[in-house]
Amino acid sequence: MESLDLAKISVREFNHLLHNELDASACPEIEVLNPNGLHNLAVGLNVPVKLNIRGHAGYFVAGMNKQAEVTVFGNVGWSVAENIMSGTVRVKGFASECAGASGHGGCVVVEGDASSRCGISMKGCDIVVGGNVGHMSAFMAQAGRLVVCGNAAHGLGDSLYEAVIYVRGKINGLGADAREEPMEESDLSAVRDLLERAGMDCPVTEFKRVASARMMYHWDPDRKELY
Amino acid sequence: MCGIVGFFAKTQSLRETLGAQVVPMIVCMGDRGSDSAGLAVFADRANGHRRYSLYSRERNFPWDGLADQLGDELACQVQGMSNHGILLSEASEAEVKAVLCAQCPDLHLLSAGRLMDVYKDIGHPADISQRYDFNSLRGSHCVGHTRMATESAVTPVHSHPFVAGEDFCLVHNGSLSNHHSLRRKLEGLGIEFETDNDTEAVCRFLEWRMREGDTIEGALDRAFAEVDGFYTLLIGTADRIVLVRDAFACKPAVVAETTDYVAIGSEFRTLAHLPGIGDANLFEPGPEEIYSWKV
Repeated sequence: MESLDLAKISVREFNHLLHNELDASACPEIEVLNPNGLHNLAVGLNVPVKLNIRGHAGYFVAGMNKQAEVTVFGNVGWSVAENIMSGTVRVKGFASECAGASGHGGCVVVEGDASSRCGISMKGCDIVVGGNVGHMSAFMAQAGRLVVCGNAAHGLGDSLYEAVIYVRGKINGLGADAREEPMEESDLSAVRDLLERAGMDCPVTEFKRVASARMMYHWDPDRKELY
Repeated sequence: MCGIVGFFAKTQSLRETLGAQVVPMIVCMGDRGSDSAGLAVFADRANGHRRYSLYSRERNFPWDGLADQLGDELACQVQGMSNHGILLSEASEAEVKAVLCAQCPDLHLLSAGRLMDVYKDIGHPADISQRYDFNSLRGSHCVGHTRMATESAVTPVHSHPFVAGEDFCLVHNGSLSNHHSLRRKLEGLGIEFETDNDTEAVCRFLEWRMREGDTIEGALDRAFAEVDGFYTLLIGTADRIVLVRDAFACKPAVVAETTDYVAIGSEFRTLAHLPGIGDANLFEPGPEEIYSWKV
């Protein structure tokens, strides 16, 4: 199975083949043709397969990914790699809303821009965006790291828990309880490592760190305007 | 959930095949809304008459006899197919409405303008596209919609596009939370509504503001302040197609622009068949930004 053509098989057949008929021990590499914006491609993978999706994909591509290395040579719709558990999902173009939403592990790389709510409620995955991120990115993010090489739109890190955000460009407004903090050596090292994994080359010293001020963890009547 | 589509042809050859470009878009977006569909098409025509799109509940309405029937009270010509007719006349919308109301109360006036024809009905978008032969339509630009109703009845009149005034229409994906108060405000100004649909409120709001002298951009800036809810709106006017999303960008939209056309859809897959899509500039419109293309 060297290539799968979505002009010839349905999304259901495509996903069934990936779930049930791969020789996981061979770590296969598969070309995926004619995605044409179809939704739910390569969801729920749990094998060490390498998928090259040649074109634009729709919603939820590589959702719940485990082990697999998925590359989309195009743009993706909403919720790419949502709930990713492990492995890598790379988007060569731009990503629509909610990239890497609720991701528990693994790494999501968007080489272009990611739209609003990138990394919403992320729970341990890493996300690296080569361009800008839209508003409310990393909203209620609990764990993991979001690296943004471009700018971040308003509401960045609103209601953050313990995820950490690194932004190289301009931050057009932090969300409630998010604050800028000094970059420590461990932050520089983390950003260096993530950029290397993403294959991106930016000076790590230009990044700013955004994390939770932890003022919303407990109810405080004097700060009720934050809630 | 609903689907929106729009196509803005920059070349004469694409204007000749406007319908053929947009039918696969509408059929594809049937997945987002399968209970009704509609299309507004704008074409510059030599005769310059006012055009009134008419809807008949009767599938084989006798359009050939309508002009004679109305002749004493309304000088007009009528072209019709199945249950859709286009009445050409220099009379005002109020005059046409009054005559139709008196003589053919079962006919519904869908739209008025000099360039715009509107088609809308209930049923699957693929069936509607075929019923009204969308494939054969020509024009400079069009906006279309596939509906999955969430807040008002499924009837032809509740389908999109909604219209107000002349050569102005709007399709909407989303839901508005303050459309009752908008309606009360506009009704207080003497503006009449045809349905209880939320989209009609924002359509009449924008047309009212433009009648009061606002540009489309000015009217939309007011709408950003006064209209509450989730929306992607695609607006068609005599010479423009205009796209906006709400402040949270809650409802999707994708734009593909080439040297030959601008195509707009709720999802990329509705654009995937278009010529030259591989080289198109693809982007997702930002929240509360106004995107406009002029003929």
